[in-house]
Amino acid sequence: MTALTTFLEQGLTRRNRRRSFATLVMLLFLVYFMLPIFWLIVSSTKSDSQLFSTFGLWFAHFDLLQNLHQVFTYDGGIYLTWLGNTALYAVTAGVGAALCSTMAGYAFAKYRFRGRNVLFAVVLGSIMIPQTALVIPIYLLLSKVGIINTPFAVILPSLVSPIGVFLMRVYADRAVPDALLDAARVDGAGEFKIFRAVSFRILVPGFATVLLLSFVATWNNYFLPLVVLSTPKYYPLTVGLAQWNSSSSAGGGANVLFSIVVAGALVAVVPVAIAFLLLQRYWQGGLTAGGVK
Amino acid sequence: MAGSSQVSLTPTKAPAARVWHTRRRSLQRALVPFAFLAPFLVLFAFFLITPLVYAFRMALYNERIVGGTVFVGLSNLEQAVQDSSFYTGLEHMALLGVVQIPIMIGLALLFALLLDARAVWLPSLFRFGFFLPFAVPTVVAALMWGDLYAPSFGPLSQVSRDLGLGTPGFLTSGWMLGSLGNIVTWEWTGYNMIILYAALKTIPPEIVEAAAVDGASPLQTALRIRIPFISPALVLTGVFSIIGTLQLFNEPQIMSVIAPQVIGTAYTPNLYVYNLAFSSHEFNYAAAVSFVLGAFVFFTSYVFIFLTRKQR
Repeated sequence: MTALTTFLEQGLTRRNRRRSFATLVMLLFLVYFMLPIFWLIVSSTKSDSQLFSTFGLWFAHFDLLQNLHQVFTYDGGIYLTWLGNTALYAVTAGVGAALCSTMAGYAFAKYRFRGRNVLFAVVLGSIMIPQTALVIPIYLLLSKVGIINTPFAVILPSLVSPIGVFLMRVYADRAVPDALLDAARVDGAGEFKIFRAVSFRILVPGFATVLLLSFVATWNNYFLPLVVLSTPKYYPLTVGLAQWNSSSSAGGGANVLFSIVVAGALVAVVPVAIAFLLLQRYWQGGLTAGGVK
Repeated sequence: MAGSSQVSLTPTKAPAARVWHTRRRSLQRALVPFAFLAPFLVLFAFFLITPLVYAFRMALYNERIVGGTVFVGLSNLEQAVQDSSFYTGLEHMALLGVVQIPIMIGLALLFALLLDARAVWLPSLFRFGFFLPFAVPTVVAALMWGDLYAPSFGPLSQVSRDLGLGTPGFLTSGWMLGSLGNIVTWEWTGYNMIILYAALKTIPPEIVEAAAVDGASPLQTALRIRIPFISPALVLTGVFSIIGTLQLFNEPQIMSVIAPQVIGTAYTPNLYVYNLAFSSHEFNYAAAVSFVLGAFVFFTSYVFIFLTRKQR
């Protein structure tokens, strides 16, 4: 609103003309980025037959509530189980990964020890390992120890976040002054006390960023749960939705209705979108660390 | 480390006890960083190093129906290096990467520069709107775009027909790479924009102001000062994009449901590895192929880092 008032007050100066043109270009791209999401919202309000018979980018008869009801009751309400699983996996893996990464990044940033550089290089290099190269042996190893097809098979591997360690090292490097640590040591505080009482408080924004990124990565993960889980009651939303999608694409009477898949996809997106909306300052500011190093 | 100064502050004790105490303290001190590292390193060892070693060991063996597990040395790896199915997938990804990555990072850079220079109205709307696709699971993204692409009821085809342009063949073999590239661009442009935007924010304002005082145009400032300043962040987004492209799996796997004739079992290297392992149950050979893929990812990333470093 203020932007609009200034715009009107100043009239079409050269700078404003340029700004309006740039804004117009950005608006076109905004349409592009919003198009699938708009389609998803519109489609989740339509009945199954209308999805195929009406124009895809505008509303027809409003059946959102019926669709949501179907999503949550289909197949004995399995969708709610998937939603709960996804939340469980994402929260535990997010918090766990953020804690491990924060401590490890802090150690890399604030202590000198033998093998520090080699170890850090190994951690960074591991980002390049293809998922399949890890997920297939993880599948076989977890089968041997008997935790395949359990929630642990998804949560434990998701706790490892080399990018999180990288981000937290850069963040701790800048945010925690050595002088502050030395002052605390002179006061007689032990290293772990210093971490809990002093350093961690300073590291909270970075911690929150890694938490958010790991949460989203686990919420959206598909490949790992696809491989390590085989019982539908353990599925997260991604695997469940993909299976519903294959079933509905196959057609025929006994399959999942397409309208259920679409409404289910919308419900899967909403929590993360809201999290991003509320936590803007973390993903906007905190990613800084990764960007500059 | 303020080791010695702290010891001198501890209350005086008998000399012998004090030496022992000091030694114990310094040993403790040396172990402190490893205590902080322990939770991560234990998980890292279990879920990264062990599987990697295990996969390499697997690649050296074969399961035979008669005779069980036999050591075959490097023959699986040799076969993988010469596997034409693997190269088909790799070619697809190379083609996709060469076209899609520059477009995506170029757009992300343009958006970041415009937002950082306050050259647009409503910047927070664009920041959030462009970043939002990152919040959408790739499975859902592929599902949505798959339906948008659909030749019969897909809205893009509906619009195209209404405009008299006929039905576009988004899901045909000629267009599929482009259609997948569009999904990837849609998902990741905003994420890259945020990384670059954050890097631009760290440029000291004096530098840009000085350039403006010297009469540099916004375009010159962008090309000569702001883009060179954030080149490390640009390299980072480039490396992450290369790694991501070579490992593409979710999008083609979901799209194969609606275009099974176009996306076969080896459309991307990771899809090939997955199908080798879980459709054909050739776990050993799958491990070998994934190792060769890993070598390619390493090689390409390092070549990219090397080439971009030369220019700085």
